[in-house]
Amino acid sequence: MAWFFGRKKSANSAKERLQLVLIHDRTDLTPSELEALKDDLIDTISRHIEIDPTAVTINVAHDGRSQRLVADIPLRSVGRRRGREPGRAVG
Amino acid sequence: MASKVVTVASGKGGVGKTTSVANIGVALASRGQRVTCIDGDIGLRNLDVVLGLENRIVYDLVDVIEGRCRLRQAMIRDKRLAEMYLIPAAQTRDKTAISPSDMVRLCDELRQEVDWIIIDSPAGIERGFKNAIAAADRVLVMTNPEISAVRDADRVIGLLDAEGKGPASLIINRLDPALVKRGDMLTVEDVVDLLAVELIGVIPEDENVIVASNKGQPLSLDGRSKAGQAFQNIARRLMGEQVPFLELEPQNLFQRLLGRK
Repeated sequence: MAWFFGRKKSANSAKERLQLVLIHDRTDLTPSELEALKDDLIDTISRHIEIDPTAVTINVAHDGRSQRLVADIPLRSVGRRRGREPGRAVG
Repeated sequence: MASKVVTVASGKGGVGKTTSVANIGVALASRGQRVTCIDGDIGLRNLDVVLGLENRIVYDLVDVIEGRCRLRQAMIRDKRLAEMYLIPAAQTRDKTAISPSDMVRLCDELRQEVDWIIIDSPAGIERGFKNAIAAADRVLVMTNPEISAVRDADRVIGLLDAEGKGPASLIINRLDPALVKRGDMLTVEDVVDLLAVELIGVIPEDENVIVASNKGQPLSLDGRSKAGQAFQNIARRLMGEQVPFLELEPQNLFQRLLGRK
């Protein structure tokens, strides 16, 4: 059936799957461990500054064979934060 | 020239390590180099048959290490090339019969005799692999453009870095240009990009490889086969030459018939 819609090249699937597998092989970090790390990170940072927990992303990026954890943590702007102060946000 | 110890490893079995060791060894010897190939796969000896030297074996690697013979007695001279030798693996022992320090000592002695020592590592990442890389100055990691072979190669490359034996150089074996063109095989660029190591050779799928091993005549002696040329190119690159990679295009029917022997 897939060919009817234009078959995806199998080499591309192999490359994409390998990219993911190799990240976890190299770091010994499973997707669920990465998720737990993300939750801990959100908890810790939230104690100091207000962030949007739903928008946080954390990934393993690689440059050659060296790997880096890259976290993108959007801060709630001061303006929006004021808007959510009790009493004003509601109503 | 200071002699060099080069180990061929892969992680996954069946990707073509033994064939490559035989052909790289023969290619170096055909260029006037003094070469000894060592079969590191104790218990699963195979380099002897690929080289066609199985009938000449008297002593093996474990015999030398355990002192039952002198080094020279275990070096089987090739039928075709004057300065090409094989030290076969023991067939009735296992990997624990030797240790990494045994290999270092053996290779130090061999360095006095030859220019190149090419070691065929067994598959896997355990004792046999550790033995095979212990004395290596350089490790060539071999893979096929195929998902499980690439994954295992990545493990081996990581282990080599951790053991201070990196950076590894990569050989991609059994590349099928027709499948690549169709989008059904990882390209050379894909594999190099995924593994992020330097490429030292690309060997096309070539049925002459089977014919050569049937006869026990390594095909790098045969200038007509593409795979043979690719092995010669690896030997030249090991010797420090800059050699462009072969143009690998799918063969048409006429070329296929010509290439067959």
